[in-house]
Amino acid sequence: MSKKVAFLQGNEAAAYGALYAGCTFFAGYPITPSTEVSEVLSAELPKIGGKFIQMEDEIGAMAALLGGALAGKKALTSTSGPGLSLKQELIGYGCIAEIPCVVYNVMRGGPSTGMPTGPSQSDVMCAKWGTHGDHATIALMPASVQETYEMIVRAFNLAEKYRMPVHVLPDEIVAHMRERVVFPEPGELEVINRTAPSVPPAEYKPYDTKFGDVPPLAAFGSGYKFHVTGLNKLPDGFPTTKAEYVQAEEERQIRKVTANIDEIVEFEEFMLDDAEICVVAYGSTSRSARYAVNAAREQGIKVGMFRIKTFWPFPDKQIKALAGKVKGFIVPEMNLGMCSLEVERCAQGKAQILGINRVDGEPINPEQIIEKIKEVK
Amino acid sequence: MARYELRFSGAGGQGLITAGIILAEAASIHEGKQAVQSQSYGPEARGGASKSEVIIDDVPVDYPKATKVDALLALTQEACDKYSADLKDGGILLYDTDLVTRLPEGNFKKIGFNIINTAKNEVGREIVANIVALGAMIALTGVVSRENGEKAVLSRVPEAFLELNKKAYAAGFEKALAASK
Amino acid sequence: MAFDYEKYIRPGKLPHIWCPGCGHGIVMKGLIRAMDSLNLVKEETAIVSGIGCASRLPGYIDCCTLHTAHGRAAAFATGVKLAKPEMNVILVGGDGDGTAIGGNHFIHACRRNINMTYIIMNNYIYGMTGGQFSPATPTGHKASTTPYGNPDPNFDIAKLAIGAGASFVARGTAFHANQIDKLIAEAIQHKGFSVVEILDDCPTTYGRRNKYKSVIEMMNRLKEVAVPVKAAEKMTAEQLEGKILTGVLHKVERPEYCEEYAKVIERAGGAK
Repeated sequence: MSKKVAFLQGNEAAAYGALYAGCTFFAGYPITPSTEVSEVLSAELPKIGGKFIQMEDEIGAMAALLGGALAGKKALTSTSGPGLSLKQELIGYGCIAEIPCVVYNVMRGGPSTGMPTGPSQSDVMCAKWGTHGDHATIALMPASVQETYEMIVRAFNLAEKYRMPVHVLPDEIVAHMRERVVFPEPGELEVINRTAPSVPPAEYKPYDTKFGDVPPLAAFGSGYKFHVTGLNKLPDGFPTTKAEYVQAEEERQIRKVTANIDEIVEFEEFMLDDAEICVVAYGSTSRSARYAVNAAREQGIKVGMFRIKTFWPFPDKQIKALAGKVKGFIVPEMNLGMCSLEVERCAQGKAQILGINRVDGEPINPEQIIEKIKEVK
Repeated sequence: MARYELRFSGAGGQGLITAGIILAEAASIHEGKQAVQSQSYGPEARGGASKSEVIIDDVPVDYPKATKVDALLALTQEACDKYSADLKDGGILLYDTDLVTRLPEGNFKKIGFNIINTAKNEVGREIVANIVALGAMIALTGVVSRENGEKAVLSRVPEAFLELNKKAYAAGFEKALAASK
Repeated sequence: MAFDYEKYIRPGKLPHIWCPGCGHGIVMKGLIRAMDSLNLVKEETAIVSGIGCASRLPGYIDCCTLHTAHGRAAAFATGVKLAKPEMNVILVGGDGDGTAIGGNHFIHACRRNINMTYIIMNNYIYGMTGGQFSPATPTGHKASTTPYGNPDPNFDIAKLAIGAGASFVARGTAFHANQIDKLIAEAIQHKGFSVVEILDDCPTTYGRRNKYKSVIEMMNRLKEVAVPVKAAEKMTAEQLEGKILTGVLHKVERPEYCEEYAKVIERAGGAK
């Protein structure tokens, strides 16, 4: 019972989670509703000799983040909607150059300036498709303050393990609400560090597939010298336009995620065993859904919830299996139907899909979900 | 105890967010219950009507916002007008008698005293009006014990202001009990 | 004995992509001589660039090299430098990359006075994309997107750097090849953000549109317009008309960013 507890906002918990994961570098730009992350880390990072920099703009923050990560640091940035749009250029750079980092994006209303203090879940597609070109995406969806802490740690683990940018996408409600956080002890949560090269500098290639789909990444200034570019590249990091290399490289980068989908995808099944109706929810909306499922069960309705914890890669397999079991899916989300599209894709017409969509800056309340549950035929 | 919803409302700058946080801390850190606190943000939080909500339960709180408010604090007329519509039947409305003169219709207890003036004239500093209000809300709702509420207040304030806040908390607690008789 | 450039060139990466007559190779050789004169350790040196012809330079140098996105060199480099202040960080790029799309990162790197050196090869044009006008293209001149003459006023890059707070600013030209290494070496040795603008030529996309008959003519123009700052002191305003000052234009001592951040760490109690 000696564990440290605190009453924190989601954003604050994200900052402490990053420190637990070994983050020593933060680059960001002020934007509502994510600034508490930078405020906490500007105070905490220097205490451990880490670096915090507020850059001139969102793009610069993403660039500095990638620079810090290439210099060997575990690196975090935080942003929101318009900032995520701006960062997309260099999120793509992180994907192609395979630089581990974590992008914590608090979802607020949009497009553009939208509703800076209103909650939203409308960045889920932006996280996946916002940067141009084919690439794999990992995006995690915390639903509580404690989970925000833990998911940041997991995001760093996935970023370092698969050598890629990883998104954490809390909605504004999760980011700003306060709850009790029980801080894990050192060693309690897994912390994965970057795999250092096993070959001497003279033999090192930054994209050497001899070591598998995720080649070890050396740090600048660690005795290794190598080239990094945003162009399609050869195993030694130098640009190429040779068709066979480009195709293989792009496929490998996506395979890093697709081949490990069962390990990456996490979800929660709530009262689904005998369910005839499944609410598919994520983030704060899953809390309304849980309330609604409990209430509907009391009325004798066989309903459960599938809670998405990893939005990307999408839990295709699980939704496909559910589609064969349930009559209908309810998909409540604070956007005009983004997750619904994915559920539709997976359900392949086997189950009815009803969306509950709100973009008015108000959360989806349990009552709305209960009503929709009753509509399933 | 079942899910219990409290809303602290008033004008931006009255310290209502802090009052909500302290209550939630009292419940979740000191009393061992589950609590979630949330608040209004942005231009709304910098003047005009502002609110802070706390949901307390024995089991983990699912929906983090208010559905039907069990207890509402209103420190301004504007806040009272804006935020009292979803006050539960049998709920509690605590209001400042100097600032809230038109009370909403409804089947709930309406308890008022001069909260801000108590802070200003009896405790000595208007800035602790939020703590007076917090003491009163705890007295009226019993969602946390008097002692745990005080512990949470004192763990939040600097050394130099301990006595002031203690006094504010006690004044609110006593006055609310007196007003509810 | 002739200078051995191979020492800093990456084996197997030449020939370079630059056109015959382009001055970027001259600048690269100047950079290599400067690095050699300072005995920069390759593994401890990062060369960072954006996008464009000049930004291909890092690929040829045998160091930690980072070819970033268009305009973003200064911001990536800031991340590398802050993460590893002990590294030498040198930025290279062109006028469009550095002062248009990268203008914001450029002025803020100047403002922070972070200890890095930025070599801007100013050839007055976007070369790689085929000769569109840049913020450095002189007013009235022709580019592929200013067929009737450029209506835009242009930046004086060195003055921009000084105004934004760079603590060392120098200017050279691709014609004055022997001066380039000295300017770059002095810039690298300077503590703070140093900018070296090298007036360069692009015969392929700028020269041919602006009535330069040959590379030699373009080089001769650089020779004619350049006036060393010392010599300029003795010249009248009339004599300086149309001339461009070269040499060290600005050198001041100002707190350096990484050192200032080290103080932040100390104040926070995080110093080892």
